[in-house]
Amino acid sequence: MARILPWIIGAALVVLPFIYHSPYPLHIMVLVLLWSFVYTSWSVMGRFGLVSLGHGGFMGVGAYGTALLWNHLGLSPWLGIPIAVAAAVLLALVVAYPCFRFRITGHYFALVTLALSAIVLQVITATRDLTGGSLGYTPERVRGGSSLLAFQFTDKETWYLIALAVWMGGLWVRHAVDKSMLRYALEAIAEDEDAAAAAGVHVTWEKLKITVLSAAMTGLAGALYCQYQMFISPDTVSGISVSLQMVFAVVVGGLYVLMGPTIGAIITILLAEVLRIGFGTGAIGFDNLIYGALLVIFIIFLPYGIVGSIQARFAGVRS
Amino acid sequence: MADIFDIYLLEAIISGLLFGGVLALLALGLNLVFGVIDVVWICYAEMIMLGMYAMYYLFAVYHLPFVIAAVISVAGIGVLGVLLHIVVIQPLLDAAPINQLLATGGVLFFMQSAATVVFGIDFRNLGIRLPVLAIGELPISYARLLAFGVALVCMVAVYLFLAKTYIGTAIRAIAQDRHIMPLMGVDNRRVYLVTSAVGGGLAGLAACLLVLQYDVHPFIGLSFGPLIFMVCVLGGLGNMIGGFIASFIFAEIISVGGLYLDLEWGYVFAFCFFIAMMFARPQGLLARRS
Repeated sequence: MARILPWIIGAALVVLPFIYHSPYPLHIMVLVLLWSFVYTSWSVMGRFGLVSLGHGGFMGVGAYGTALLWNHLGLSPWLGIPIAVAAAVLLALVVAYPCFRFRITGHYFALVTLALSAIVLQVITATRDLTGGSLGYTPERVRGGSSLLAFQFTDKETWYLIALAVWMGGLWVRHAVDKSMLRYALEAIAEDEDAAAAAGVHVTWEKLKITVLSAAMTGLAGALYCQYQMFISPDTVSGISVSLQMVFAVVVGGLYVLMGPTIGAIITILLAEVLRIGFGTGAIGFDNLIYGALLVIFIIFLPYGIVGSIQARFAGVRS
Repeated sequence: MADIFDIYLLEAIISGLLFGGVLALLALGLNLVFGVIDVVWICYAEMIMLGMYAMYYLFAVYHLPFVIAAVISVAGIGVLGVLLHIVVIQPLLDAAPINQLLATGGVLFFMQSAATVVFGIDFRNLGIRLPVLAIGELPISYARLLAFGVALVCMVAVYLFLAKTYIGTAIRAIAQDRHIMPLMGVDNRRVYLVTSAVGGGLAGLAACLLVLQYDVHPFIGLSFGPLIFMVCVLGGLGNMIGGFIASFIFAEIISVGGLYLDLEWGYVFAFCFFIAMMFARPQGLLARRS
């Protein structure tokens, strides 16, 4: 039963948009799936103690890269997304390689990557002639609304399926990393870098691999988010708030379990929506107020997150 | 043409110098807390933001004299620092450093949105304009000059506090070896509380000075928070002299860089410089790496 359960849920999720067409719940589900993918991407490296606060930067590069290439050069997102993802990867390499080479870890890694997301945010704001600055940016709509070439779709069902596919892809990547040698190497590095190096692990190279993977996924997520929302602003796709939001959702859901980031996304997005509907504009700030308090409480009392703690309770190990 | 250009450059350099003084004050409290408790308060800039609101309400709404309002704000944020330590940091003292960092990140969210909920998102200011000093053709903001002066005085005061008082000596000793000192009869808990209070108080003081120059709004912390961390990291976290020097380097890069392009580019240059320096001079950082 436990083996086939994921397949049943997966199949149900795929069939859903063909029998259910209510736009608002579908919109929420697309958001949940896209953000789940973002959070999963972050957790791919975050779970090995590589706490990056620069993922907002990668997401911003993915989103703005795709939109800028489309608006200014007329380049289809089918080409634009890979280029934007490559740019995010390049950015990750430029910052991460020296970090790992010079053994900048823990606090320092978090703060250097924090500088990275601050840089991306400031560059987007500074190049306001090109990017619209803090007012945000909109990819030009094609006539008729939907176009495969322009990667623009007006119906929620298509987007639901796309988001579902990348989310499943994200889970698969994380699962594949779990099963690979890379995981053992990175766990050893997280325990003790010097010991891992002495045991023959190429520390810099292994860390770089996981960083590139994580940055590429986050860049892709940014590009898809941009294509779905058709509006991006520096505050929603880049900068420190987004980076902290990723960390927050993952910690709440559970960093060390596969579904943790997804649960984190469900909780955070539903909470925000419930507050928004319940209190209207009076609720501005309420969601973050609760997130912030929860984050502190979780880190103090439930460092393995909701899913992780439930699992630990059932398994009776490492609580 | 060349003359006009030079006077702008000089103005930028001086304004960078004054900004550097304020930045040094901002970095001082964070550095003290890190050096002693070994915790990064990611929410430090938000504490300054709350201090600015305290100033706004005490001075502009309840019409207290500026100095009294400032004293209350400094004390209030000092108490906030102690609360932060007791509620959030103390339970996590033995946790992974990154958990402490993330927990204070949660506090950042909390303070920011608490400010949004309670104070709203309007920009507020004290409604006082300090005169602008003109030296020759150079306009120098009196508010900045005051901030610079107070920042310097505070740094000397903190130095004297650490060097001359008994508790200051204990703080320095703890910073050097936090495991041995309890065996020597130093009460760790008390030293941490005093440090948190002083760190918070410095944030409150910075708030009193910043509120003279900037409007306060719930997200103002995000605009200079990253800068403070980078100054501290560049100087070597916990290294107050390093932080002091780094403040002026950063402020000059932002000010002079912002002169030729937009101010945002000044920040971009400063942040790029920060990342480059992290790679070029990791030694200072490696020495403190656990």
